[in-house]
Amino acid sequence: MEPVKIDDVQKLINSFANKEVYIHLETTNGSYASHFDEKFFNAGAFIRNAKVEYELGKIIGDPPSRVGLKLGDLGWIYAQGITHYELDDKGRLLMAGHDHQGKLAVSLQISETPFE
Amino acid sequence: MIEQENHVLVVFPHPDDEAFGVSGTIASHIKNGTGVTYACLTLGQMGRNLGNPPFATRESLPDIRKKELKAAATAMGLTDLRMMGLRDKTVEFEDDEYMVEMMESLIKETNPSLVITFYPDYCVHPDHEATARAVVRAVHRMEKRPKLHCVAFANNTAEELGEPDVVNDVTEVMDVKLNAMRAHISQTAWMLEDLEKRLGENDPEAIQWVTQERFFNYRFDQGYI
Repeated sequence: MEPVKIDDVQKLINSFANKEVYIHLETTNGSYASHFDEKFFNAGAFIRNAKVEYELGKIIGDPPSRVGLKLGDLGWIYAQGITHYELDDKGRLLMAGHDHQGKLAVSLQISETPFE
Repeated sequence: MIEQENHVLVVFPHPDDEAFGVSGTIASHIKNGTGVTYACLTLGQMGRNLGNPPFATRESLPDIRKKELKAAATAMGLTDLRMMGLRDKTVEFEDDEYMVEMMESLIKETNPSLVITFYPDYCVHPDHEATARAVVRAVHRMEKRPKLHCVAFANNTAEELGEPDVVNDVTEVMDVKLNAMRAHISQTAWMLEDLEKRLGENDPEAIQWVTQERFFNYRFDQGYI
């Protein structure tokens, strides 16, 4: 993965628009967050292989950046904190946000084929 | 000295779970000529450590962790490694009975005199808890139960369970233990750097951490069945 270059990521997001794609969206503090700090309220979520079609997608803001995908008339997909990206060897756009220690905090991935 | 066993079955959900608390015990049993089976339920697909700068992605991580798991097994001299094909963070959502049956079939096949897993309610991560519950239930149902040693590390462990009743001195295989941890480098780099520095300074807590492994015999009379 490499640090986000807005223009390049925007082009890649555009290349998946108006196609049926599979999404992996995740936020996480790690399962041990409340173990190390009992006052920490640990929340996280992931959805994997959600099949959608977005008509418009944007990446905005100096990294850590925000990505929003507009689904038809009603739906949205949103991720905040994106710092890194890669078009992998399977042609999937992998975007991730790594915290100050390098640990994954958020992930948004777009693929024309299901994730394993 | 570590007690002689006929066969040892170790069940944990993540590659590297074995390295921290149990790799010295595994290596000691193997050194004694005892067969050891390690059933690892997931490939740790959802790990947060991807390197800094990142060398892995959410999608390449499972392959990396699979290779690390095999390398850790090699470091410990372990030849019977089972990868059970579940997905990180989802173990507690599997059907409970399916999980118990998975453990029953592992126990039936390997016929262990000792089973090692986490201690339910004292192992922090939801995957650990679900794994531990399934193992405890499977052992509980057996007519002739093997010994069940559990790793507990929740913050309330000492207060509620007291002191561990099994403490294995693994000083002799300390290097093997360190090598098992090094094998899981994608997940352990940050803590190994600190640990090796403290070992270099003869920090007593760090030395105790790599030379002693602590377990609780599962208390069937008061716990999770």
